[in-house]
Amino acid sequence: MTKKVALVTGASRGIGKAIAERLADDGFFVLGTATSDSGAEAISAYLSANGAGLKLDVADAESVAELIKTITDTYGTPAVLVNNAGITRDNLLMRMKDTEWDDIINTNLSSVFRMSKAVLRGMMKAKTGRIINISSVVGSTGNAGQANYAAAKAGMIGFTKSMAKEVGSRNITVNTVAPGFIDTDMTKELSDDIKTTLLAAIPLARLGQANEIAHAVSFLASEGAAYITGETLHVNGGMFMP
Amino acid sequence: MSNVEERVKKIVAEQLGVKPEDMVNANDSSFVDDLGADSLDTVELVMALEEEFECEIPDDEAEKITTVQQAIDYVTKNAS
Repeated sequence: MTKKVALVTGASRGIGKAIAERLADDGFFVLGTATSDSGAEAISAYLSANGAGLKLDVADAESVAELIKTITDTYGTPAVLVNNAGITRDNLLMRMKDTEWDDIINTNLSSVFRMSKAVLRGMMKAKTGRIINISSVVGSTGNAGQANYAAAKAGMIGFTKSMAKEVGSRNITVNTVAPGFIDTDMTKELSDDIKTTLLAAIPLARLGQANEIAHAVSFLASEGAAYITGETLHVNGGMFMP
Repeated sequence: MSNVEERVKKIVAEQLGVKPEDMVNANDSSFVDDLGADSLDTVELVMALEEEFECEIPDDEAEKITTVQQAIDYVTKNAS
């Protein structure tokens, strides 16, 4: 295969889909993952000749190991990994169940550890690689009702910086993109009241679009971003400025 | 020089960017102290040994391989 391979988790819809499409436009052969067969088929359909959909449960270590073996054998080591897959289990802390906490940490944070470790061997050998983790503005600001989600997303930032220090000497960069509130299925669940309050706190006075996150990822995956590592790129309409 | 020894030294030379002759009479050469490896280099070295000898070296064993001779001994005992 002459094209470089980019692997995007959680690519069946929302931000992940926009990222997969954008990286395909950039000339990558894109492998997108989804938790179901139908999701994987949908990814194969929209990527057509520029990639393929694969089934993966990022919360399951065996599923990750299997996927990476398939990818390495069939397509070669990914040059770019985008850890995008994520879920929400919102609840006030007083009511939050252990399972709601554990599910979020496992799917949103431990998955980043598993996936990054799994591709690292190939990237170290290749002496090049890009890992881009999709965090969230709430990892920096906190958000009532999202202690679990915010903890996982903040954890990604610390993970990113540590890994960037470890593997920088091998020409592998690790960065985070932290989206604000983006118009996707995840934010459609928010009530109108919350949306009104949110918009008042966003200087650009609108929700972001998934392709605006994809653009930031595309930049970090590009040749020109080779000297950027350990960075968190906030794309949030100005609602949080570090 | 045994075949295993040659192969191990070839890998060490490749991974750490040293000349094989630097290790000829110095199997006690420590990867870190004598051959200039950092901790990530030693992890990569173990990965390369695993591939060359088609074996899996558990992490607690890998930590004990700090010299050329220890690598040769491990491989002789556990692989090939």
